[in-house]
Amino acid sequence: MFPLRVSDIQINIKSKRLIGPINLQIEQNGISILLGANGSGKTTLLEALHGLRKLSAGKVEWAISHTLAAKEQTFVFQSPIMLRRTVSENLAFPLKVRQISKSVANAEVMMWAKKIGLEHKMKQQAVLLSGGEMQAIAVARALITKPKMLFLDEPTASLDGATKKTIEDILISASNDGTKIMMSTHDLGQAKRLAKDIVFMHNGIVEAHCSKEKFLTEPPSKAAKQFLAGDIVL
Amino acid sequence: MNEILQGLIQAFWLILSFDSELITISLRSLYVTISALIISILIAFPLAALLVVTRFQFRRAIIVMLNALMGLPPVVVGLIVYILFSRSGPFGVLGLLYTTSAMIIAQVIIITPLITSIAHQSMQALWADYRNLLISINISKMQRVVTLMWDSKRALITACLAGFGRGIGEVGAIMIVGGNIDNATRVLTTAISLETSRGDFSLALALGFVLITLAISVSFATHWFGKTERGELW
Repeated sequence: MFPLRVSDIQINIKSKRLIGPINLQIEQNGISILLGANGSGKTTLLEALHGLRKLSAGKVEWAISHTLAAKEQTFVFQSPIMLRRTVSENLAFPLKVRQISKSVANAEVMMWAKKIGLEHKMKQQAVLLSGGEMQAIAVARALITKPKMLFLDEPTASLDGATKKTIEDILISASNDGTKIMMSTHDLGQAKRLAKDIVFMHNGIVEAHCSKEKFLTEPPSKAAKQFLAGDIVL
Repeated sequence: MNEILQGLIQAFWLILSFDSELITISLRSLYVTISALIISILIAFPLAALLVVTRFQFRRAIIVMLNALMGLPPVVVGLIVYILFSRSGPFGVLGLLYTTSAMIIAQVIIITPLITSIAHQSMQALWADYRNLLISINISKMQRVVTLMWDSKRALITACLAGFGRGIGEVGAIMIVGGNIDNATRVLTTAISLETSRGDFSLALALGFVLITLAISVSFATHWFGKTERGELW
């Protein structure tokens, strides 16, 4: 499936350029963090890579066919999308649509419910839970089918420290188990904790793609330096 | 006021005495409307879901047309069905005019746009919430349709009740295509119309109360068995 090659992609709405041109190559290992200020184009790029956005130009290529790649990847959105069903049914949904046997699905659901600490709320309607609990369900639901690629769009943006830690631990564990993770954030601390490599975006283009260590010690652009210094990036 | 009271008393006695004619007419009303409702549901729900999850030419035109057809005058529907199924009409050979089948066909034409439009509205709103999730999980169009229909089930029950209400209370079309023939095509609404023209207002009112009771009972039963109100959401 890897590497994921992005060649000269561009997304325009009418005549306005949202992102691009962008060239990238994403390798299989570790967690890639997409870093940048609000409005830098992180969400648009992630959605384009996942196929949720139509490209105006360029191409996104996987090492396998797009049809196969589509089955091996999933996405966690900034605002968790909950089915109007119970916690248990939400977790089981991707397994059910893949026609996994009920006994296997039930065991997986229980395991993930325990991982996110919601095993006592399995019968509750998911939409009635807190934002953090819903996001934990969204992450667990995305990982329950053991995808090869997981995109996350600022999944912990509005969560408290404890919930953030739970989700980060799950992501590290999934990455160690072989799931490639690409996650956007504007939280520098989170990038430091999780990243193997950092893709830095500014004004719709990728200004840098390098290892975390290199990015932190030798910020490759003026905007990156400002971002690392905690200044306002315009 | 006196006539209303008399009508109520007569309705009460008609029901209590298990009046055979009343039971036959009521059962025929239910048979015609429920048959039409089942056929309409089989057309309306998949059509509404497809209009939500697919994009094709004339889609918007179909939606506008369905909304417009919600107010279709039953008398005009009756007239068109009459012409189509009269001896000289294209379907005259079927010999369906003045049968309950013709009444069912007329009711299907009247209630299908109503059910489709209500179902479409509710599933459209749900699709706005679910779209990204269902695409990111990479499920088939058919699975999207099934998911939307399942999670909109309460709104779909409301659509069914609206269709049932329109069908059971309909008189213009079924009078034209059914002919209000005693022991053959007479239903509650056409019987009320007949008794009113005969000047027997008490019996007409009694039949009217039976009709209202029937409609309310079906609504109660549907809500009760469909569990349309969930306590935990309050």
